[in-house]
Amino acid sequence: MNRKTRFLLNVLLVAGLFFLLYLAKHYLNSYMVRIITLGGVYVVLAVSYNLVNGITGQFSLGPNAFMAVGAYTASLLTLSVASKQQMFFIEPLIWPFNSVQIHFFPATLLGGVAGGLTAYLVGIPSFRLRGDYLAIVTLGFGEIVRVIANNVIFLTNGALGLKDIPNYTNIYWAWGWAVFTFFFVRKLTDSSYGRAFKAIREDEIAAEAMGINPFKHKMLSFVISGFFAGVGGALLAHLITTISPVLFSFFITFNLLIIIVLGGLGSSTGAAIAAVLFAVISELLRAIESPMNLGFIHIPGIPGMRMVVFAILLVVFMIFWPRGIMGRKELTWDLFFNRKRGGVS
Amino acid sequence: MSSTDVVLKLDHITMRFGGVVAVSDFEMEIKEGELVGLIGPNGAGKTTIFNMVTGVYTPTEGRIYFYGEDITGRKPYQITAMGIARTFQNIRLFKDLSVMDNVLAASHFRLNSNIFAAAFGFPSYIRQDDEMKEEALRLLDSVGLVEYMNFVAGGLPYGQQRRLEIARALATHPRLLLLDEPAAGMNPHETEELMGFIQGIRKKFNVTILLIEHDMKVVMGICERIRVMDHGIAIAEGEPKDIQNNPRVIEAYLGKEDEEDA
Repeated sequence: MNRKTRFLLNVLLVAGLFFLLYLAKHYLNSYMVRIITLGGVYVVLAVSYNLVNGITGQFSLGPNAFMAVGAYTASLLTLSVASKQQMFFIEPLIWPFNSVQIHFFPATLLGGVAGGLTAYLVGIPSFRLRGDYLAIVTLGFGEIVRVIANNVIFLTNGALGLKDIPNYTNIYWAWGWAVFTFFFVRKLTDSSYGRAFKAIREDEIAAEAMGINPFKHKMLSFVISGFFAGVGGALLAHLITTISPVLFSFFITFNLLIIIVLGGLGSSTGAAIAAVLFAVISELLRAIESPMNLGFIHIPGIPGMRMVVFAILLVVFMIFWPRGIMGRKELTWDLFFNRKRGGVS
Repeated sequence: MSSTDVVLKLDHITMRFGGVVAVSDFEMEIKEGELVGLIGPNGAGKTTIFNMVTGVYTPTEGRIYFYGEDITGRKPYQITAMGIARTFQNIRLFKDLSVMDNVLAASHFRLNSNIFAAAFGFPSYIRQDDEMKEEALRLLDSVGLVEYMNFVAGGLPYGQQRRLEIARALATHPRLLLLDEPAAGMNPHETEELMGFIQGIRKKFNVTILLIEHDMKVVMGICERIRVMDHGIAIAEGEPKDIQNNPRVIEAYLGKEDEEDA
């Protein structure tokens, strides 16, 4: 199949998706629309996280930090000057954030840029070493960002966080970014750069012996992932409209890790599918956190029960389906129309 | 003879790991077009020499010259870009990637497009990508692996994996090819095939080859010049027939007669 047909099919697919989203927005209640929107944000986060962990094979535990940076940057840019003045009553907000208000789209872009820059700074020391240092550094860095956010009051408003962030993230923005992230990462993965990323994942020593600069390519992958994590953080902030340092704890990274492992480490399609499933299932499972009356026994509501279920789900998956939903395979048009070709990623 | 005819020059290189001297004051010159064998018992320091030439280790002392240029201390990927490619003693393929992608990954460093041109599929990138794929196809065809191009590399039979590893090294357009025990683990029939294969690629790709090997049949059969080392030092050099009868070589491999009692 040539590039043109594939492109046309992709355009049709995206058009179909947005038609479904249009229907959803007009015929489903606002609660369900919100879940679908959240699913789109999760797709952005999971697909970009998978680029580092699944495709480049570097074990990062840092997306919560990059999300926090993106969320704060974008929110400070979209909040009105008046509400910022009102909110920062402990210490006034510093220039330039105290005097600007920009549109949502450039704000998310700048949130992404801030996330990418942060990833760059974290990556430089981490990738000088080979091995699992990245996991340790990124885990620590996530905590550092949280502590900084709690204490740099003139920038983040401390533990009070930011509230009344305009609710700009609608179903189209979330899924627009989801589609862009997905296709960008997929195209990148299929390109020569993607082959270099995967070569590093498979065998870094051999990759380097084949002329691939491991430091450069790990940085590229990490910074791009940081960018989309920043965008995802910005989208999330404008969906839930209130952010505080607590929100960006390691918990978010843990959820994303569940998503990409369940989806299949190394598969963008798997990450996207699992992200949507995660958004839907975690809402459905809200039922088990509310008080239940089974007639003979009364169970009080236990907050956090959902995570127990997810943890069990993860264990079960690891035993019976260790490669996740998709393994390392991707859904491709070739798979549908030309079944001869094996789906090797 | 002009110095450009010398592909690789190891100028008194020494490699120490703590107190262990893996390679000691080793000298060697390889001329263009040669097929040189490097043999020696286990632990003699052969692979350490490969690792120094390819930049995995920096020699503790001494310099390494490639076509007259000092490459000591350069990074492995820089050295590969200059034209030295290698295979590994224990095969190190990108096991989960297809045969085709293994070869393509080895030509990535020649790509002239940035990451955005690649992700958005700019025409300049597409053109280069197509060229890379065509070249990889030709390469796979010439090593007899084209029918396996979509197979997962880790699923190939052992002999084919060796072949693919050599093909992957060739995809970097090397002027010097280092083969680390290419016949290891092969049966006599596969070894026979491999010997023909190595001689074939030498002619076809016009490449100078340095080869580490334990299988004497391979070394004696295809190498024009053999260097023997033991305990980090060179103990003999010469044509295959001289090496076979060299008492020091026999001693290194089999031990001295009176030592057996000790």
